[in-house]
Amino acid sequence: MRDVIVTVLYMVSAVLFIRGIKLLGKADTARKGNGLSAVGMLIAVITVLFEKQVVAAGLNSYLLIAAAAAAGGIIGAVWAKKVEMTGMPQLVALFNGFGGLSSLLVALAQYANARTVGADAVPFEGITLGLTVAIGAIAFTGSVVAWGKLSGRLFKKSVTIPAKNALNAVLATAGLAGICLYAFSGSNETLGLIGILAVTAAYLILGFTMVVTIGGGDMPVIISLLNAFSGLAAAFAGLAISNSVLVVSGCLVGTSGLILTLIMCKAMNRTLYSLLFGSFGASKSKGAAGSGKEPKSMSVEDAYLILEAASSVVFIPGYGMAVAQAQHAVKELADKLEANGAEVSFAIHPVAGRMPGHMNVLLAEANVPYEQLKTADEMNPQMPNTDVAIVIGANDVVNPAAQNDESSPLYGMPIINAYEARTVFVLKRGKGAGFSGVENPLFTNDNTVMIYGDAKQTVSALVGEFEDS
Amino acid sequence: MGEIMLLIFVFVISGFLGVELISKVPSQLHTPLMSGTNAISGITVVGAMSATAVAVLSPSSIIGTVFGVAAIVLATINVVGGYLVTDRMLGMFKKKGDHNK
Repeated sequence: MRDVIVTVLYMVSAVLFIRGIKLLGKADTARKGNGLSAVGMLIAVITVLFEKQVVAAGLNSYLLIAAAAAAGGIIGAVWAKKVEMTGMPQLVALFNGFGGLSSLLVALAQYANARTVGADAVPFEGITLGLTVAIGAIAFTGSVVAWGKLSGRLFKKSVTIPAKNALNAVLATAGLAGICLYAFSGSNETLGLIGILAVTAAYLILGFTMVVTIGGGDMPVIISLLNAFSGLAAAFAGLAISNSVLVVSGCLVGTSGLILTLIMCKAMNRTLYSLLFGSFGASKSKGAAGSGKEPKSMSVEDAYLILEAASSVVFIPGYGMAVAQAQHAVKELADKLEANGAEVSFAIHPVAGRMPGHMNVLLAEANVPYEQLKTADEMNPQMPNTDVAIVIGANDVVNPAAQNDESSPLYGMPIINAYEARTVFVLKRGKGAGFSGVENPLFTNDNTVMIYGDAKQTVSALVGEFEDS
Repeated sequence: MGEIMLLIFVFVISGFLGVELISKVPSQLHTPLMSGTNAISGITVVGAMSATAVAVLSPSSIIGTVFGVAAIVLATINVVGGYLVTDRMLGMFKKKGDHNK
């Protein structure tokens, strides 16, 4: 009887997850979808407490479980409350790392439990358990490295590992060998232990070497890939301990994360393969750098006069806006422009920023209504009729070389056609190139004006000009 | 063997379901979608609780207990933090007209 109830409740929670993800995909219902999936999670957690082995373990285990869950719940809630919206990418990466590590530990606990009762390793369980360890380990160290890079604490300079692909191949193979060694070790405990240790170590290192060489601009792709991994790790953990709800929800997250990853790749015109195994930096020629023109620059006062006369303005934000925390100032400027009779919209490139949809979140935080947020496809046809395009801390996503210079490493990447606007303002901290190090011919175009300085201060100064008039 | 095959069946079907669910999501929802599904991947907390109980049951699986408890803490951070952060983010997405809410 108990088994029936447990199975039914797991089923209910799986259905809630599915419904929740579906609703998450639509703007109007997204919040409700998140709530539904949270209810599903609650049901799953309560249900496991009624499972045979948990009830049999008695009061001590309940106290232990309750204490651990309370500790984790408090930490998670505090972090989620405290985080600044600009710190969102690294927090998501960190949470994801915890999820991966948790699956890894579940697999190791399962292994330790089997050892104490002297159970022989069974091939199917051994392989799924080994895969849980492998994927969980990659998700853990990979996410921690991503967290370090995003928060600017670790690996700020781009790291290159000599013979990276060969090294990674060796690590991956060694880990797989470890899995097989464990799965087919039968009653030989020593061999099993060596196998488990080998796969754990190899894939912990692999997660590190895989992500550490990836540049900041490719982060949206890698974060969503790691998210897929932590889901898959949960799914394999479910196979290893025969728990259906883990399999369903883990696998849902795994494949949906993979789809999101491919969407991101497409937005950059790169394959997942080239991102993980290629070397973007190496083939980097200077491209069309030789034009020799100096970019024009302009003062805030002069820029104001142009903006004041503009009847349509498009903002094109990039990671620089997040760094300068300029989103609120940008919203103020947008309000001033609207009050002045101009039509204002925001053109958002799918990979602008450091995680999928990064710019949307920041602008939403600043109360920009989402009808004003346009995709590149929606905005590009209107670009030639736009009076002023204001590029804030974006670079590669507006680089025309992606369209007309076959020698550029960016060639083929869909961009926002900022250069087609009548006037282009580029707000930039200094004269350097973008993350990819690729020269941007947009900056030296005749209709482009650079406004150097901190983006937030520049935008605030423009707002001030509007207020003074 | 029957149960194993059934689990693999569930695994494959869920995988395809995930693909169907995600196609055609507007780009503004990419971040909430990612952090929302990230919270779901904390479902491993269920496995962690089950493994901890088994460890307590076993004669003396201290390592199993320690790993299990650590797994619960980490997974709960992932779950609770993930859902709250996603909710906070989605609360900020507003339509034109309800600025003052």
